[in-house]
Formats: sequence, C-alpha cells, structure tokens
Amino acid sequence: MPAAPKIIVVGGGLAGLAAVIKIAEAGGKVDLFSIVPVKRSHSVCAQGGINAAKNLKGEGDTTAQHFDDTIYGGDFLANQTPVKGMCEAAPGIIDLLDRMGVPFNRTPEGLLDFRRFGGTLYHRTAFAGATTGQQLLYALDEQVRRYESEGKVTKYEGWEFLSAVLDSSRVCRGICAMDLRTMEVRTFAADAIVLATGGIGAIFGKSTNSVVCTGSAQSAVYQQGAYYANGEFIQVHPTSIPGEDKLRLMSESARGEGGRVWVPKQLGDKRPAKTIPEGDRWYFLEEWYPKYGNLVPRDVATRAIHKVVYEHGLGIDGQPMVYLDLTHIDRETLNRKLEGILEIYEKFVGDDPREVPMKIFPGMHYTMGGLWVDFNQMTNIPGIFAAGEAEYNYHGANRLGANSLVSCIYGGFVVGPKATEYAKALPAMQGDGGAADEKKRQEELNKHLISNAGTENPFKLWRELGETMTKNVTVIRYNKAIKQTDEKIVELLERYRNVNLSDKSSWANTSFAFTRQLYNMLQLARVVAQGAALRNESRGAHYKPDFPDRDDENFLKTTKAYFAPDADEPRFEYEAVDTQYIKPRPRKY
Amino acid sequence: MAERTVKIEIKRQSSPDSSPHWDKFELPHRPGMNVISAMMEIAANPYTADGKETTPIAYDSNCLEEICGSCAMLINGKARMACTALVDKLDQPIKLEPLSKFPLVRDLSVDRSVLFENLKAVKAWVPIDGTYDLGPGERIFPQVQEERYPLSRCISCCCCMEVCPQFNESTGFVGAATIAQAQLFNEHPAGKVLKEERLHALMGDGGIQECGYAQNCVQACPKQLPLTKAISDVGRDVMVQAVKDAFTR
Ligand SMILES: Cc1cc2nc3c(=O)[nH]c(=O)nc-3n(C[C@H](O)[C@H](O)[C@H](O)COP(=O)(O)OP(=O)(O)OC[C@H]3O[C@@H](n4cnc5c(N)ncnc54)[C@H](O)[C@@H]3O)c2cc1C
Ligand code: SF4
Ligand code: SF4
Ligand code: FES
Repeated sequence: MPAAPKIIVVGGGLAGLAAVIKIAEAGGKVDLFSIVPVKRSHSVCAQGGINAAKNLKGEGDTTAQHFDDTIYGGDFLANQTPVKGMCEAAPGIIDLLDRMGVPFNRTPEGLLDFRRFGGTLYHRTAFAGATTGQQLLYALDEQVRRYESEGKVTKYEGWEFLSAVLDSSRVCRGICAMDLRTMEVRTFAADAIVLATGGIGAIFGKSTNSVVCTGSAQSAVYQQGAYYANGEFIQVHPTSIPGEDKLRLMSESARGEGGRVWVPKQLGDKRPAKTIPEGDRWYFLEEWYPKYGNLVPRDVATRAIHKVVYEHGLGIDGQPMVYLDLTHIDRETLNRKLEGILEIYEKFVGDDPREVPMKIFPGMHYTMGGLWVDFNQMTNIPGIFAAGEAEYNYHGANRLGANSLVSCIYGGFVVGPKATEYAKALPAMQGDGGAADEKKRQEELNKHLISNAGTENPFKLWRELGETMTKNVTVIRYNKAIKQTDEKIVELLERYRNVNLSDKSSWANTSFAFTRQLYNMLQLARVVAQGAALRNESRGAHYKPDFPDRDDENFLKTTKAYFAPDADEPRFEYEAVDTQYIKPRPRKY
Repeated sequence: MAERTVKIEIKRQSSPDSSPHWDKFELPHRPGMNVISAMMEIAANPYTADGKETTPIAYDSNCLEEICGSCAMLINGKARMACTALVDKLDQPIKLEPLSKFPLVRDLSVDRSVLFENLKAVKAWVPIDGTYDLGPGERIFPQVQEERYPLSRCISCCCCMEVCPQFNESTGFVGAATIAQAQLFNEHPAGKVLKEERLHALMGDGGIQECGYAQNCVQACPKQLPLTKAISDVGRDVMVQAVKDAFTR
C-alpha cells in the first residue's frame, strides 16, 4: 500500500484549519505552516457573524435565497457553481461548529439566534457575541490541537512560506520556507500544498486587516506562474475607525442591530451629536435606500458616505467622518449583542458608543480577488491549491457581510479532500523535485538583501505604497490616477533595489522578513492597479465615474493576471463567468 | 513652540543569550497613538533619542485590536497588551520590557508556547465524532451560553500567568488561563465527557492546588475573564473527583 499522501497547509486561519481537519480526518498526514501561532491568525478579528439559511425565524429563508443574494450582491461576477455549493453546505457547517462548542448566541428555547446583515432581507447570520471569528477559529484550532496530540498534524508556527518547490514539469513538490527565529531556509516535500494565507490589506498601508495580511505568499506563487484572478475587486468597508496604526472595523452588526448612519444637515454644526434634534439630522442611507436602509451592501454604503463627505461637504466638522449611532438602543441589548465591538471603540477612541454616536469612515477591508482556482480549489499549477480569502471563488465583485467566514470554512472543507485525492494519484517525483534549486534561489535572495548597501528604508517605501493605493485604487477610480499609481509602484520597485536594512542580524530579524514581503506586495499591487485600469465599467466594489454602468457585454468575465518574468510585470487574460443558474439582472438596492 | 514628543525607553536584547540594554527614543507625538504605532515609527526612523542609528524593535503583534493575544509585554512595569496601550494615557518616559516569565526570543518578543501545550494536557476541545453532517447540536439555553461565552474570550496572551506569584519553574503551575479553558469545556453538553480526564490533569503538582487565590490574574486579564470563579469551580470539581477516585480505586 502506498504511504499516506503528505500534504502541506500554509496558513492557520479558518480556511487552513478547516482543510487540516478534513485531511487529518481522512487519515492523511499534514504539516501546517503559519507565520503566527495559528490561534493568533487574522480570522480572530471577524466580529459580526457567519451566514447560513437555517430559517429559524419563520421567514421562509432558503439556501436558494442565500445563493441569489450572494450572486446578486457580487454583481454576477462570481462563478455560480461553487457559490451554490457553499450556500447549500452552510447550514450543515453551522451545525458542525455548534457541535464543536462555539458559544453561539441562543434564543430562549435554546436554538441558534440569527441577526440581519447587509445585502439581505433575512435574519441569516449566526453570531457569538461580537467575537464570532475568534470563537470559530478557536473551535477549529481546538480540533486541530486534538489531531496534533494524536500525531496526525505537525505544526510549524513561526515559519514563513517563501515559495513553492516546482519540478521540471512545473508540478508542485513542496514548499520552501524560512524559520523566523533562526532565519534558516529549508524545503519541505509534499504531494500537494494548500495556500490559505488570507488577505492583502497591507498593500493599502492601513486597513482593517491584521499585520501579517500582506498577500506575500499569493504574490510569490503568482510570480512562479499562478494566475491571480479579479485582483481589482477590493472591498472598502463603510464603517471603520480611523487610527494611527490601523483602521479598526466597526462591524456591520452595529447596523444589523439597528445602528443608524447620519450627518448634521447643517455644514459645520457645532452642537454635540446627541443634542442635535431629529429634524436637523440627515439619515442619508435611509433616505436614498428605503428598502434596505442602513443595511445596503458595503460598496453602496461606502460610496454614499464618500458622496456625503466629498460632494455634499457634510462630513462631521468638515472632517472625513460620519456618525454611526447606537444611542437609541438600550444598554442591556447593546451589551448582550455587541459588547466586543463597542469595547474596541471605547478602548481606542475613549468615548462610550452607548452614550455618544461613533465617528466612522470607510476603510480597506477585504479582497474579493485572489489566486485563480478551479472548482476543486486548485490553481493552474498542479499541486498548488488555495482556500479562504487568498483565492477568488465565492464573492464576485463584492462580498456580502458574514459570507467570508462561511466561504473560508467551506473552501477548506472542499480543498482538504480534493488535495488528498490529487496527492494520491500523483506519480512519484524524479530526484529531489527541484528542492535544492529553489532553496538556493531563496538563499541567494536573502544573502543579497541582507548585505544590500542602499539608503531606502523599507517601512517608508511601504507607507508610500499604502498612500498611493488607498488614494487611487479604492472607492472611486479614475484611469489617469490609476496609471500614476502603477508608475509610482514601478518607481518604488526601482527604489527597492536600493533598500537598506538597518538590522543585519540573523536572529528573529523581523524587518528582514518584512522587507522580503514588501517586494511581493509591490508586485501584487501592480496586479490590483492594472486590473482596475483595464476594467472600464462599474461593477460591485469597482467604481469608475467615467464608466458608471455595468457592462456585461464587455466585462462579464473574470480577470486573470499572470506574471511575465521578462517584462517583470503582469499580463492579463479574461475568462467567461459561470452563470448557468441565475441570469444576470441589473443590481439595484 | 517645540513639537510635542513622546519619550519611550525599551529594554532590548538581541538574542536569548546576549545581555540586555536599554534604548531611549523620542518620537513626534500624534493624537490617538498607541505603543504599537510608536514602534512602527521607530521602524521607519530607527534612531535613538541621542541620534544613534539602531535596529527596529522586535515584538509580536497581529490584530492591533486586542483579540489575537500577540502583543503582551510589560508597559511601565505592568503586564498588558501593547495595542490597547494609548500613549496619552501612560506616564512618560514609557518603559517597555518583555514578559519576564517566558523564554526571551528577542527584544520584546517571548515564547509563550507553554500555554498551547497546557491546553493539550487538559484536552481543551469537544471530542466530536466527525465533521460529517449530523444535524444540529444539542439545545443550549442562553443561561449556559452566557456562562461559557466570557470564558471563551481568552486570547492566550499569558498576562494572567506573568502576574501570578505561583507561576514559576519550581511549582510548574499551569496557570489561570488553562484552568478557565478546562471549565469552558466541562460546561459544554458534549465537552463534558472528558471532564474526568481534565480534572485528573489538573490534580497534583503543577495543578490547581498550586493556586494561592492571590487574584492577580483577574486584575491583569485584558478580557476580564471570570478567573476567580473558574478557579473555584474547577477546584471544587477536582476535590469531588479526588474523593470519587479514592472510593473507586
Ligand atoms: C476586522 C474584520 C472583521 C471581519 N468580520 C467578518 C465577519 O463578521 N464575517 C465574515 O464572514 N467575515 C469577516 N471578515 C473577513 C474574514 O475575517 C476573513 O476574510 C477571514 O477570516 C480570512 O480567513 P483565512 O483563513 O482566509 O485567512 P487568515 O485568518 O487571515 O489566516 C491566514 C493565515 O496564513 C498565515 N500566513 C500568511 N502568510 C503566510 C506565509 N507567507 N507563510 C506562512 N503562513 C502565512 C497566517 O499566519 C495565518 O495563519 C472580517 C475581516 C476583518 C478584517
Ligand atoms: S488566583 Fe493567584 S495564584 Fe491563583 S492563578 Fe490567579 S494569580 Fe495565580
Ligand atoms: S485568561 Fe485573560 S490574561 Fe489569561 S491568557 Fe486568557 S485573556 Fe490572557
Ligand atoms: S496585536 Fe493582537 S492583541 Fe495586540
């Protein structure tokens, strides 16, 4: 009997852990790599909840309705087959998480409670206080710990994936990784690898994402020949709290529980928010979108806030901020349902949102785009699979709130068995499968970087990248500005060659690791920017005032970027979208 | 008028076996800044207050919103999270040191994997049959959820262990966080089946008996876990179990 297939999972967020559990359960051996201890992965940040049409509120909700809301919310860009699979599996996933011990909120009868989220008219979002992501991640982490203690999973925490090991026929045979303490570079053989490395927020400098969400791993395999799909679709969350180090999310659940967005009608109204009478407030979302009100999808809410601030000039005190108001809801309800997020506001701003309306503004939040994968979650490089925010399969042009957690777990549950199946059928490799060459390539890169005698500070280059990306490639996009951004990135890549590491040591050198990631961020930023430039229409989160309408004739298609090594830049192809179940219709909320 | 600045002193150590020293920094003040943004500023301008070039500070962080548990350190002598430490609320010079009871990695970064090992020892999980669809779990009333939820918010930061007088090499004490997690799963309708094993893991040397009820842990916990209650609940269960064991042996 052949030995059990050996699979490497990179990333221990919800997607990675879900994959590990499925592989271990089927008897496979898994090595799990993560920069941070997996329990500290970005998935812990998710606050609001996870979607599944359980229909426990007598509203007649169905998985078909969930499917339709997701496709419509994504402006018909998502391939429908995988989305349909996800929505149908979602209720079973919630049940499983419940059995794993997630402390979901309950109804008086002891059933799961559900709240409303954006882009739907149903109560479809299960939640555990305001820390749902933390609770879900812990539940999966605990199951993985159980497998670890049974010897089925080996964790490599504090290791960074650098690149895939590819053999002479460009088939993946393992990974090359770096120990972030000893800075040692090593290769690890595997029959298949799963990248579940999360989001790319750091490309925009400040975002709602965690620090390690750089997209570096995705960029590395893109530079090795993997397609990157729909990179231009970036979700900017309407309600974040501007901060010095990051933009902290104020979850959509604040609006799900009745939070109202408004500005004073009078420019420069100096009165404290609470003393401004109803008649002098402008609840612009409720006025413009009477059906969905404050719960329109994120792209719609974000553009509305931009418009109120920049076109009507009605930001609070002339600043780019609007009110998100919960003060009309009683304290007890707020504490029970939203405590975790209210605490964040209190801790970082110093005001009590139960008493004072919060000041918020849109912030970069999520990438709908990611590594191109087929319906088995495999990239175009045989043996490299992807799941979670790192791939593009489930959200089209815009993600609905609370759909990411379910897509991560579902994607992990699909990829585990599919990677196993693939690995079992894989012919044995010749020689070392390219491991020695890849290791040498990475070691040379490291040697070069550490001894580079330049003048540029990598953290300053990063700030410049973030500023230009946020300014020109987020909410409102003009081709001229995008083009300038791409030129700026080219300039930054040029300056990167002249980078200087003030820390040249070879022990736990965090700025060295960061500088390596920065290179990959710069390469991936060009995919996002150029993809946006090429798509001359408006769809979901991608909005161009010069092309304000969706253009199905020319752009109902998936963007696929691939790296052209000689030109050192992306090239683009397009692929038809699977629309076999729901016919595209105009998206009007 | 001179620009407003922030003074920070950081205890640094380049590797586990080198000797520590202090670096002083003076940074431009920005409204709303926290200890992490100060260290980001140092990374972009790695110069000490007297103009000497230095290296960026090594520290752990990820979420920057006090939910991942990475950034625990001693700030003005107190074990707490750096991302929620707002500069304007701290006395200056702000003194930063690594947690003292865990193996040092570099500068402010320490190795806290001991907690993850402890969680294995108390089997802090629900032993589900499998991930296939078995329909909904048992009904759980809001009262039980409300007991469990606060315990489930532990971010594994290890502050409770840092401040515990009993947490040291000579006792081998597991610490409050592990005990609280054992209780979290003992309260779950299906997690309960491992209760006896959990209690056994918490008996004897290094177990719950080491706790002197000093309650430093409760005060240090950034997530306000009801640690005193968890410790006394588990303590009682361990005692009952010990009596049971005596009779069934
Ligand atoms: C503040 C916030 C709130 C959110 N709230 C919700 C919500 O309520 N509902 C919802 O559905 N979605 C929500 N989202 C989105 C959702 O949280 C994320 O999309 C999701 O958690 C991503 O999970 P993941 O498994 O793909 O990746 P992550 O959880 O980001 O995990 C990535 C993993 O990869 C590892 N990694 C990365 N790079 C490397 C490398 N090079 N080498 C080794 N390891 C690496 C990391 O260490 C980590 O373990 C929210 C997002 C944010 C930012
Ligand atoms: S009560 Fe005291 S001795 Fe017991 S765990 Fe807490 S700090 Fe330690
Ligand atoms: S119990 Fe509190 S202090 Fe201890 S590890 Fe958990 S969150 Fe940190
Ligand atoms: S960085 Fe996550 S807790 Fe501070």
